[in-house]
Amino acid sequence: MAFLDELRNILGPDGLISTSEEVRTYECDGLTNFRVKPIAVVLPTSTEQVQAVLRICHRERIPFVARGSGTGLSGGALPVTGGIVISLAKMNRILEVDLPNQRVVVEPGVINLNVTVRVSPDGYFYAPDPSSQSVCSIGGNVAENAGGAHCLKYGFTTTHVLGMDVVLPDGTLAHFGSKTLDAPGYDLAGVFVGSEGTLGVATKVTLRIVKKPECVQTLLAAFDTTNQAGAAVSDIIKAGMLPAAIEMMDNLAIQAAEAAVHANYPNCGGLLLVELDGPVAEVDTLIAQVSAICRENGAGEVRVAQTEEERAVVWKGRKAAFAAVGRISPNYIVQDGVIPRTALPKILSEMDKLASEWGLRVANVFHAGDGNLHPLVLYDRRIEGQEHAAERLAERILELCIEMGGSITGEHGVGEEKKHMMGKMFAEPDLATMQKLRCAFDPLSLANPTKVFPRPRLCGETPGEYKPHPLETAGIAERF
Amino acid sequence: MRIVEPQSGEEAAEILRCANEDGAAVIPRGGGTKSDWGNPPARTDVMLSTARLNRVTEHAWADLTVTVEAGCTIAELQRTLAQHGQRLAVDPLWPDKATVGGVLSANDSGVLRLRYGGLRDLVIGVTLALADGTLAQSGGKVVKNVAGYDLSKLVTGAFGTLGVIISATFRLHPLPKHTQTVTATVPDLGAMQQLLSKILDAQLVPAAVQVRVGSGAPHIDVLFEGTEEGINFQVDRLRGMTTLVESDNEVWARLDASAKISVLPAKIAETLDGLEGYAVVEATGIGWLQAGRLPELREKIERVGGSLVMMRPFPGMDAWGNTAQNNGGGGLALMRSIKKHFDPRGILNPGVFVGGI
Repeated sequence: MAFLDELRNILGPDGLISTSEEVRTYECDGLTNFRVKPIAVVLPTSTEQVQAVLRICHRERIPFVARGSGTGLSGGALPVTGGIVISLAKMNRILEVDLPNQRVVVEPGVINLNVTVRVSPDGYFYAPDPSSQSVCSIGGNVAENAGGAHCLKYGFTTTHVLGMDVVLPDGTLAHFGSKTLDAPGYDLAGVFVGSEGTLGVATKVTLRIVKKPECVQTLLAAFDTTNQAGAAVSDIIKAGMLPAAIEMMDNLAIQAAEAAVHANYPNCGGLLLVELDGPVAEVDTLIAQVSAICRENGAGEVRVAQTEEERAVVWKGRKAAFAAVGRISPNYIVQDGVIPRTALPKILSEMDKLASEWGLRVANVFHAGDGNLHPLVLYDRRIEGQEHAAERLAERILELCIEMGGSITGEHGVGEEKKHMMGKMFAEPDLATMQKLRCAFDPLSLANPTKVFPRPRLCGETPGEYKPHPLETAGIAERF
Repeated sequence: MRIVEPQSGEEAAEILRCANEDGAAVIPRGGGTKSDWGNPPARTDVMLSTARLNRVTEHAWADLTVTVEAGCTIAELQRTLAQHGQRLAVDPLWPDKATVGGVLSANDSGVLRLRYGGLRDLVIGVTLALADGTLAQSGGKVVKNVAGYDLSKLVTGAFGTLGVIISATFRLHPLPKHTQTVTATVPDLGAMQQLLSKILDAQLVPAAVQVRVGSGAPHIDVLFEGTEEGINFQVDRLRGMTTLVESDNEVWARLDASAKISVLPAKIAETLDGLEGYAVVEATGIGWLQAGRLPELREKIERVGGSLVMMRPFPGMDAWGNTAQNNGGGGLALMRSIKKHFDPRGILNPGVFVGGI
């Protein structure tokens, strides 16, 4: 194909992958049950190369999907049929470290943890810490508005991105935001973060870094039930505290984590992990209060990690929890839903009921402070009908989240996996309004076009009466 | 100019739909405290007041969220939240009159931003009435939510040019148990910048830090919130760096300024060098000026990537300056494209925003 030669000219022989064998590596992301082979994969090394690639895509009407490390769990980086993948893995330089202003400027392929590693000797860290932080990229974090356990206190990726360079789907370069706050104009950085690759490709990102707290203490509290643990969380919040993280695991999740990394968790029905950070005197006072609250709510064992190593092990168990479930079940679905935190007992008992009705097990890991659930639906593919039942249960959990006033995703994104749920969470006018934004960025629907929204809609199309779009009439585009 | 006061989001949307059909310019209005901000509107046919959209719809205190209609004043909202020991962690200008919708549209967060983030970080959902009469929601009622585009951020600071905010949902924080403000007075700007950098680089967690610079010696105010033990500990730590006096809350009274600046935190002294007037600058780099020679100052600030935005009309000066243009690339063109998709006939606050939007 002529455009492949053109791409090769721009990127050099190392920058283009187009054999059927080689592109297979890119046929899915962390959500492996969806697979599509792209026409080609390009690996640009500069903003100019990204621009050149997108200009060709624009001219040829070729859809593209940007990809960081491919750790996403909703199929956001799944290739689209007939499209190319733009891997930002080679754009992995930290361009500037500005400690006096607490800013770091990076390329999108930089690994999340490497930002912290770079500024750590000076006493700083990059706050968003998704469980995959040792492998996931900043570009992917930007696309998904990645969270993590500590976003309860420190905020999500969007709070820590001040500005970026974005190549728009027609190849134009645009600067969003600034190194200073409140740059005059619309908050384009604010809408771009979390747009799941549907608005363009970020090629440079200005991040805010945070001074490391003087003291960090992590408390483990073992309860008989998740309801007791949930009541303790409510009391912590009621007492006016904002811990750095509040995590909860149920018995199945604890067993899995123990089997995988020997985190030395107490074997109990509901485990709370509360982390407080700040000045020593403040943390000492609050950790005593949290201990008391946990005991009042029936915690049998309350333990504070005494050393940095102990803390690390405690977190390793939590962060390994998803993968660890592989130790106790041949197959499982990782779900990501949000409820108002107070609805926790209600949704847990509903999930219990459904799971036993359908003969399945559900392990639960929560960011309990902000109501973000990660139910892990366990099943065995070899047992006929179980996979389907597990998928139904995972979806039913999201419906419950919506019914309880929550969301279908707290941090993993909509991507390919949940686009059919968007119509349940939002009304048609809401989706049509989001579409206006998309059309302003990407009138030809080339950027990750089949994701996030339940039905791709061409720009200029109004909902309701069927009117052929000019592109459609001209045979350039077709409806799905 | 006609004044309309819708009682519901549906009514507001219907008013917009009619105005749009007629091509009538609509000026959204909350408490009217910031009508001088931005450029003067090119046309004014209908004033859409949110005065009757003033209820706190749902304070889910156990979930630390609130949903409130756009016309509710900040003071009224804070009174309601305080009944459960909570607050929206912002301190905008004129809270008795300023409304939720106005404060969001003008993006006036205040000094607490250092610790709690700005409005853009605290708003988790909005209901908008668009020019074509659509009533749409974005975000939701939970703190953590990445489903769909975050239109709450798009309309925060958009000066009502994309739609009228009907209601908003916010993440809340507990009211602090204890607070204390301390002030250091330093001989000159150089010493001020040095001490400020030292405070920000220390492992202290102040809720707010600001510098006050006028004709005399500059002051640095630091606000601590939290437990008594934590506050005393941090004040002691700060005493090790400089001489302090205790101050009362008065020092945080917002300045009725003629311009807002945004600069890098490490460039505050350099920016204020030679200032003719008075300035209060937050540690985030956002500052408020009552000063002369603003055109020269704007040029100086923009040269190093900051911005100076007018809050009062000034002959011959665009309210927004040239940052968006200077930034180059397709940023401003994209903003125009967004405006065109949301308000194709340009009826919402025409000409008020950046680049004539």
